This record gives sequence, structure tokens and C-alpha cells, in this order.
Amino acid sequence: MTTAVTARKKKEAKVSEDFKLPIVCDADTLRSLIRGKSVRIVDVRKAEDYQREHIPTAVSLPLARVLENDAPEKIVAFLEELGISDSTPVVVYDDTFGALASRVAWTFQYIGHDNTALLEITFKQWKELGLETEKQECTFPRARHSLSIKKDIYVDASYVEAAKSQPSTLLVDSRERLNYLTEHIPGARNIPYTMVGSEGSILRKAEELKRLIENRGITNDAEIITYCGSVGTLSGLTYYALKLAGFKNVKLYPKSFKEWKALGKPKEEFKDANYWDLSAE
Amino acid sequence: MVAVYCRSSGESLLISPTSTEIYMIRLFMLYILMKKSREAAAAVKSKPVPKPNPRWGREEETEIFAKKVRLFRQGKISDDDFRRFRLQHGAYSSRLRMDYSMVRIKVPGGEITPEQLEKIASLSEAFSIGSAHVSTRQNIQLHWVQLEDVSEVMRGLVEAGLTTREACGNTVRNVMCSHFAGVCPSEAFDATPYSKAIARFLLRNPMCQNLPRKFKINFSCCDSHGLVRVADIGLVPTVKSTDDGKTIRGFRIYLGGGLGAASFLGHLLEDFTPEDRLLATCMATIRLFDRHGNRENMARNRMRYLVHEMGWEKFQRMVLKERSIVEMTTSYSTVQLFDIKSHEDTRQLPKALRMTKLPMLNGKITNDTPEYERWLHTNAVPQKQEGHFTAFITLGAGDITASQLRILASAIRDYSAEAVARNTPQQNFALRYVREIDLPDLYGKLASAGLANPGALTVASAVGCSGTTSCNLAITNSHRLAKEVQRKFLELGLDIDDSLRDATIKISGCPNSCGQHEIATIGFFGGATRMNNTMMPTYTMLFGGSAGEAGELGRAVMRVPAKRVIDTTLKIIELYKNERAAAAAAEDNDETLHQWIIRLIKGQGSGSIKNLDDMKAALAQVIQLPSPQQNPDAYRDYGSDSLFTAKTARGECAA
Repeated sequence: MTTAVTARKKKEAKVSEDFKLPIVCDADTLRSLIRGKSVRIVDVRKAEDYQREHIPTAVSLPLARVLENDAPEKIVAFLEELGISDSTPVVVYDDTFGALASRVAWTFQYIGHDNTALLEITFKQWKELGLETEKQECTFPRARHSLSIKKDIYVDASYVEAAKSQPSTLLVDSRERLNYLTEHIPGARNIPYTMVGSEGSILRKAEELKRLIENRGITNDAEIITYCGSVGTLSGLTYYALKLAGFKNVKLYPKSFKEWKALGKPKEEFKDANYWDLSAE
Repeated sequence: MVAVYCRSSGESLLISPTSTEIYMIRLFMLYILMKKSREAAAAVKSKPVPKPNPRWGREEETEIFAKKVRLFRQGKISDDDFRRFRLQHGAYSSRLRMDYSMVRIKVPGGEITPEQLEKIASLSEAFSIGSAHVSTRQNIQLHWVQLEDVSEVMRGLVEAGLTTREACGNTVRNVMCSHFAGVCPSEAFDATPYSKAIARFLLRNPMCQNLPRKFKINFSCCDSHGLVRVADIGLVPTVKSTDDGKTIRGFRIYLGGGLGAASFLGHLLEDFTPEDRLLATCMATIRLFDRHGNRENMARNRMRYLVHEMGWEKFQRMVLKERSIVEMTTSYSTVQLFDIKSHEDTRQLPKALRMTKLPMLNGKITNDTPEYERWLHTNAVPQKQEGHFTAFITLGAGDITASQLRILASAIRDYSAEAVARNTPQQNFALRYVREIDLPDLYGKLASAGLANPGALTVASAVGCSGTTSCNLAITNSHRLAKEVQRKFLELGLDIDDSLRDATIKISGCPNSCGQHEIATIGFFGGATRMNNTMMPTYTMLFGGSAGEAGELGRAVMRVPAKRVIDTTLKIIELYKNERAAAAAAEDNDETLHQWIIRLIKGQGSGSIKNLDDMKAALAQVIQLPSPQQNPDAYRDYGSDSLFTAKTARGECAA
């Protein structure tokens, strides 16, 4: 009995403002953090979903609001409004296999809030596990947050264009296989977002991801740029999958293929097979 | 005087009953009996006992595969060596893209568990295109898998007890078994355990790792279901009475059949092969093929050519002789590896109560018939087990999405007392041991996932190989065409027309017959033809093929532009209907489309269409095309918006 209490105290004692979150935070750790009141949980689902029910103490920041205006200053303003200071550990969750949460988490890290993690499971799974939820809207006192842009995790179209010819740079298309086969940025390889998730978790285990990516012959020292169809959600998830697999130099091209096409940049197409006709959709 | 046992008190009472009491006792016993069978049925519904998983896959093979891919990419293995290895492990290269694979999952005997379907669902989402594909030989294929991910797919399959080992290459391919085996009213006995035992015996067996060419074994249940005449070895279960009054099991074994650019029907080895000579017969045949088969000419090295060139009588004598040698020299421990018992279903499958007669058995189905009844009519058949039905899932040319696979898995658990499904050479799934009272619920569940299309057992269920969607050899998009035929036929309600029911339409994208066009009532294989100075996709149409023991190969009739195939088949049906109407006065009025076509081939038609020449003349108008300038689309293939060119690459079937 005494041991159990001590162990629990120890665990809770560990949870403090300077608790460094892993890339993916499991439900158990998050519950401890909630108990220790030392985490800000960000719900990126639609506002009405949040109002219906959310993880205890979570605040609402729908992805759409972030995408509307993701100027760094605006993101800092969001963080301050949600009571997130430079040292607050932040855990983000969604209900869409982690892609929306990834895009928001990446944005936070981009403007300098490094201590951000993805919740290992979606809200639906949280519910299915029978974990507690609440209805009331949570607000916290305004906090101050600095702006320190982490340039090395973001790229734009011109960077991608220049990087294509670098042998040490790898471009990863995160869309599904049929979309990729149809057209993609020249030289890009396909790691569909569907490949990095697993049944009970938004991402496979680190060693599994490592094996999958090593099978592809991708080495640890490569610079990897991920992109997807339009706003960097699917590629956000792949971004974190690569991080979790131990790759250090990963970057996101958030404007992705939509912008690439709009800019009239070259594409690689494959028209010699009617692969779409295999789909039973 | 009767003794009545009272369950609650545990006492036995001796009573001398009056006639009313006897009546009451009888009633009571009837009640107990009914209650028991209801309980038994209910127990099965809530708890279907899972079928033991024979575990075909091996984890170490997945690691070896991953390693070989790395070595290949580093240039440390030659292209040819790697290709041979890759095919041996069940991965074909995809159409004009060596960096992608089609992963072929063997389903021995066609029997697949819900867990396996769920695993295939997640693998298709993670590594393929989110859909899986049922082949005409009871495989399930995942297309457009990155070569480097194949080992991961294999790893997942091993977890579920499946394998891709020897699904391609010069090996013994998936051993097929009729999807009716075990439930077919005309079968002598259930061939399923035999098919799985021979598959197990031959898998990874050194005797079939480097054959001159691929080798196919098909089991049927009876003389009409199953593809026994178009396999290297085809087996029909049968029984024989011995002099001492016993019944022994055995097979009628056909050798040397097969479909391809040149097709042959198998020959009957002997009247009766007892089950204890099954293994030796198969081993002898494989050994002879291995020893005498042509290893030089890739285009003519299937065993059927050997049989053809040598002559059947000679080959037959050699097999019988070789069998004696095998029997004399095979050790007891080898024979023990052929373990039929371990594949037998020892579970108590339930008896069901016979309820009402289903509409499909007597009712007339019209366009106004409710959807459920139409489905019942075209997709369900009674089993020999009274009160149980086999329900078919109509797929479009064998394609099924990951989420549909999951619903199917759940439907198997909920409604099939044998807790497995079978995939069929018609590229559908069969759910067996469904109780009559559960059919409406099963239908509802399937309908919720778009899996309750009617027509599975009718002409509407067109077969199509993968064609230009993924195959290197394909000239045309046979896959899409089969789906288009199905769509059109269902739209026109041709599935409810019983006179068309026994007809089949099967389409291949090249002459190599993966779509089994030669055993179709109306078959098509793809090619390229120049018309009006423009290259265009065309199909050679064949008439009068059929499967089963008395099967015939179809006869080529004429070429049809791809975009005229549907109109042409509809015209044939129209001509048939006209002839039938003309003959309405005559007695012979219930001839089916299939029977009519067979009669035409023999030149014994009546009325305006007497033979194939009359047919060709009657179809001449339909196959005419406007000029390419007037209608460029008529010269394009399905699924394409550009000019047609016949692009193919080296086939790997024979690598």
C-alpha cells in the first residue's frame, strides 16, 4: 500500500512544467499530466465537437482556424490566448487518425513551441477505452509566449525545386498510392499516410517504422521533405512518423502538391496502366 | 407403464398414462426436442467455433525477402536470379513498373477466415491501393505494392496464417477446391481436406521448387462444379463399392488440361483412383513433368504440351508406371506428411430447422420484386444440409475495398456457422452454412456496405482478369470491361432472367486465359486491331465453353471492338430471345441461352440463326464503328482518354 502511494507520488512529482514530452504521448502519461495540472491539451476538432465532449481540461483550437491564418505571429497569439507559455507541455489530439493533430503540432513547433506531442490515440479511441471526458469549455489565464521560428522544419516550393536535384535529399509523397501513381512531384517517393498508422494508435511503434523505412533503403542521414495533397495534414503525420523512426532532418512542405500544381511546376505522371479501375470504391 | 424423469427433482416417476397423458407426454417430448434444436442453433449463432488455422506462412521468409530486395537494389543479385526468387515468393512485377509488385496471397482450398480477411484489409490500406482483388484461381491479390514493402505485407500475412510462397513462378500454384465442397447436394464426399493436405504436402517441397513451368491442381465437389478439365491435375471425388460391401473413397483424376494461348482439356487417368493412391498419383505426375517437361521453349512448357506432344496413351502409361515406382520407393514418413485428417473439419456443425420455402425456389422474379428477394433468387442456394444456405457476395471483377472486407469478416462471424468464407473462381465470395432465418439479416448487413448486389450466380457476374490495370502482358482493360458488363446487365435486370442464368461471360486482357474466357458461354480475350487506319482495342469472342467434368473449350467466332462488346452481347441475347419467341409455339421452349449457343456451334440452330455464320452476319452491324474523326472514343479502351497503343512487357508467368 505504502509503496503504491509512493510510486504514484513519484510519478506525479515527475510531472512538472519542465516535463519533456516524447513525440507521441500515450493516454496513461496524459492522464498523469492532467492530474498534475501541468499540461495544455489542444483539441483540434471542429468547435461543435469540442463543445459536445472533450478530454478533461482540453482547450479548443480547430485546425480550420490555424489554416485560415498560419502566420507565425497569429499562432503565437493563439498559444497565448490558450494559456500556453514557453514552458507548457502541449498535447494535441484529433479524431482523424492523427493527421489534423500533426499539422497543428508541427505549426506549434515551427513557431518555437518545441515541447509539443501528439496524443497516441484519437478522441474516438479515448472514448472507446472508457476514459473520462467532460463538456464544459476550459479557459485558462492568458500566457506569454515568445516567437522563435524553427526554420529547419519548413520548406516552400522553391526549396523543394532546388532540393530535388540533391542526392541526399528525399522527397516523400504521403498521399494514397493511386493518387501518387497518377501524378507527383518528380523524384518523390511514396510513403502513404496509411502506412504509418496502426490499429490502436495513430502511429506504429518506433522500431516498426524504422524497419519499414529502412526497407525502403532510406538512410538516417538523409534530409527528408514530406508533402501531401493540399494543406500538410497527411504529410504532417508522415513527418512525425519519420521523427519517431529516428530521422533527425525532416521537413514539411505544408502548401504541398496543391500549390506545386498551381505554380505550374513539373509533374511526373504514369499513364501506362489503368490502375484506378482496380479500386472497388 | 412409463418412466418419466423429472429434471428438477432428479426423480424418476412411474406412471400408467391414459391416452390424453400419452398425448401430453408426446407433446412435451416434442417441445423438448424443438427446444434443444433451437438452443443448438442459437448457440451456434452466438458462438461460431473458429476453424483451426493451418498456418501456411513462415516469418523467416519475410526477413529473407526483405534482405534479398536490399541486395537486389545494391546490385548484388542479378535481375534474373532476383526475379526467380521474387516469383517463388508470390510477387509479380506490376505493369511496366518493376518497382511495384502484385502480391498474390494463396487461399488453399479457397477457405479463408474472418481474421485473415481483416488482415488483408489493413494490409491493402497500408501498402496497396485500399482494395483487394479475388482472382479466378482462389487467390487474393494486392496490387501496386512497392517492392520494398512486400516483405511487410508478407509479415502481416504470416501473422494471420497466410502465405504467398509459391503463388507465382514455376511451382505448384494455389490448390483450388470447389466452393461447394462439403455442401454440394451431388458430391460423393467433401474434397476440401484432400485439397488442403496436398497443398500442404507440396508447399516448400523440393520436388516442386523448380519445375519446367507452373503447375495447377483443382479439386471439384461433383461433375459440374469445379475446373477439373482445365488444370494439370483435376480431381473429382467419387466412391466405389468393394466386393466385401464396403464403400471406399477415391477420385476421377484428369491430367494435362489447362487454359492459355493454346488450351487443352485434361484426360481421365483411370476410372477410379482410390484415395490411398492420390498422393502417389500426384507425385508421379509432378515427377514426370519435372523430368520430361520442356525447359527451353517458354511458350510451350506447361504439362499440357508435354501430354499433347507425347500422346495421351503414352503419358498415361508413364504415369501409371511412375506411380508404382513412387509407391514402392516412398518412405512411410513421407506418406505421413500427406495428412488429410489434420485438415478435416471435426467441429459439430449445426442442424437447422427447415422453415419456409424461399421465393427463389418457386417464385417468379420480376423487376418489381423487392431487392432482397431478387438477391435471394440470384445469390443464394440451398445446401445439402437442410435449412442451410450458401449466400454469394457479388463483387465487380473480384474487387473489394478494405472496409467491405471488414464487414464481410463480421458477417462471417455473425451468420456462417462454419466461420469461414470461400472465394470462388467467379471472383466472388461464398458464405456457407447460413441459416434460412438469418438470410434477411445477412442481406441487410451486406447491403450496408454495398456488398448485396444481386446476380452472383447469373450471367451478370462477369469475370475479368486484371488486364491493363496491373498486368505486364495485358493488351486491353478486361478488368474494367467485366465491371461494365456487370453494371449494364444488372441495370437491365438480366440477372433475374432464368433463361440466361446458366450462361457465363468471362474476359481476359490477352490470349493467356487468366480470365478463363475459354470456359465461358461467351468469352472474350483482348488484342489490338487496326481499323480505319487507327489502332484500337478489340476482343476475340468465343462461344460455347463450359467448366465441369463434361466441359468444352469455347470456339473463336469473331473480333469485336472493345467498346462494342456490351452491345454485341446484348444483341446476342436479343437474337436468342427472338428465336425463343418464334419457337414459343413449339414444345422446346425452355432452352437456355447457353444451350442455344451450343446448338448453334453444332450448326443445329433453327429459324433465322442456324449456325455461327448466321450469327456473325447478324452481328455485323453492331460491330461497325464510325470513323475515328466522328467518334474517337469508340477507338479508345475503357478507362482511357487517349489514343490506344498496345504496350506490353515481358511476362513473368514463365520466368
